[in-house]
Amino acid sequence: MTLYVLCFALFLVGLYGLLTKRDLVKIILSSGIMGYACNLMIVLFGYRHGGAYPILEKGKEAAAMVDPLPQALVLTSIVIELGATALLAALAIRLFQKYRTYDITKIRRLSG
Amino acid sequence: MIAPYFVIIPLLAAFLVPFASNRRDTGAVLLSLAAGTSLLVLSAYAFFGLSGETQVYRMSAWKLPIGINLVLDAFSSFMLVMVSLIALTSLVYSVKYVRRLDRDWRYYSLFMILVAGMNGVIVTGDLFNLFVFMEIALFAALVLVAYGGQAHEFEASFKYAVMASVSASLILLAIAVVYGATSTLGLATISQALSRQSPLLMLWVGGLFLAGFGLKTAAMPFHAWLPDAHSSAPSPISAMLSGVLIKTLGVYVLIRLFYNVLGAPRLFLHLFLGLGSVSILVGVLLAVGQWDIKRLLAYHSISQVGYILLAMGLDTTLGMAGAVYHMINHAVFKSLLFYNAGALETALGTRDLREMGNVSKLLPVTSATSMIASLSISGIPPFNGFFSKLMIIVAAVQAGHPLLALVAVVGSLLTLASFMKVQRYGLRGGPPVEKTVGRVDGWMKTAMVILAALCLITSLLVVPGIREATLDPVVKVIMDKTQYATTVLGK
Repeated sequence: MTLYVLCFALFLVGLYGLLTKRDLVKIILSSGIMGYACNLMIVLFGYRHGGAYPILEKGKEAAAMVDPLPQALVLTSIVIELGATALLAALAIRLFQKYRTYDITKIRRLSG
Repeated sequence: MIAPYFVIIPLLAAFLVPFASNRRDTGAVLLSLAAGTSLLVLSAYAFFGLSGETQVYRMSAWKLPIGINLVLDAFSSFMLVMVSLIALTSLVYSVKYVRRLDRDWRYYSLFMILVAGMNGVIVTGDLFNLFVFMEIALFAALVLVAYGGQAHEFEASFKYAVMASVSASLILLAIAVVYGATSTLGLATISQALSRQSPLLMLWVGGLFLAGFGLKTAAMPFHAWLPDAHSSAPSPISAMLSGVLIKTLGVYVLIRLFYNVLGAPRLFLHLFLGLGSVSILVGVLLAVGQWDIKRLLAYHSISQVGYILLAMGLDTTLGMAGAVYHMINHAVFKSLLFYNAGALETALGTRDLREMGNVSKLLPVTSATSMIASLSISGIPPFNGFFSKLMIIVAAVQAGHPLLALVAVVGSLLTLASFMKVQRYGLRGGPPVEKTVGRVDGWMKTAMVILAALCLITSLLVVPGIREATLDPVVKVIMDKTQYATTVLGK
């Protein structure tokens, strides 16, 4: 249970950063932290206490293994996050080229 | 078994576009137009060929609890027709329009990836697969928003990207909770497994999904990114975003999840009613004050999606018919309005309504089609918007919510007011404009005329004989609720 709570706390840390930070790079990092928390949560849901590695061999039962599917899902979601972070970083670089600042409060051509 | 082709065709086209075009974009244009046309033909064939049946395609022939399946039923094929229609007109519109941005084939490649992602979201029957396709569509959309390469476009794209990453995290969390509780990811198997779980879990899952996909829908408390992203993008992309993207990633997924998977829990239907009526009023009130024509249209998207959410929350057959009908109507007239805005921007070099004037002599096609679109969105009788709004209002009264019906009527009146402002300042009033800075070419005119004709043609969908063949099977799939699971698993 503690693990789940800590995981949720990590998610909230990311959300807090995303909502309050003014630096573009810190915003990107916060969104990464949120993603990590979600990935951790998925792996945790597939974890069984004292479970074995999920490879079916002779004399091993499937019931005692950790669930391998969440791990596969997390791999996919890590790749997606890599793409998202790269895209955000590229946009941040372009924004810096245009405005010469990473401060989100100074980047205000659009309102609302 | 044509379900996989809705993803294969645009994805293959996106891959082939760079090869088909070296220095000029002719090859890219031809290839993407061919892909768009074949998608439209295929989806129309799927919609009319299914006649209420459900087709299930198992990827790699794995059965459901293990494999991923693609589901093609009346609702998804209806959405596919809508996406293909708007995508094709948007491509036609883009041919000359994007050339002035001085880039080459990349636009068409990204456009095809956007279509592939949306089609994937629509046909998939697997929760995680839906998430992956959603991200594909979003990445393409984000890049296309920033395509013009100006400062405010990057800014809008960054805002959109941050919002998208928040909603992706929420959706991923929801998927984790669902998987933790049910140990399955197929929508049909989730639906069966969740019905045996405690109602508290339903609250968690529903809440996370509503927050995640609500951000995509841009209903009122979640709307902040939409006016920037939709008004900064190139006009054909604005039409795609406002016309179909918020409906496939937002409304379609919400209907699918809350009706077909969760079985329409009462609490969330009430939330839809609340979100819908707030969006209708606040969206339109914010729209009236705008002077930038594309921002005005973007705020109207929030308001019009409010109508769909309101009708979704009523949980009656007529209400759902109104929601589905308003979805396609909004796709048609909102895309047309964005094309008009793009044409005005091309011709006059500004998006500010105060700097425009009487262009009815200079741009006859633009001003005529924009009149039709404005009348449609404000709900004036012979056009499509009137019939879908009437259905929603009647359904609200029948379901015992006269106050919400009043909200819908007031929203419609305010819509009319704000489009009178557009016509008065932007297209018809004031001194005649003498000269233009750019030319509205034939491709743009063709796209606008097609959609203006569709504004009239789609109003035929309420005619009794046609309604049974088009809207009713779609509504039946949705209102059968968790029957979806048995239909999909039964094959």
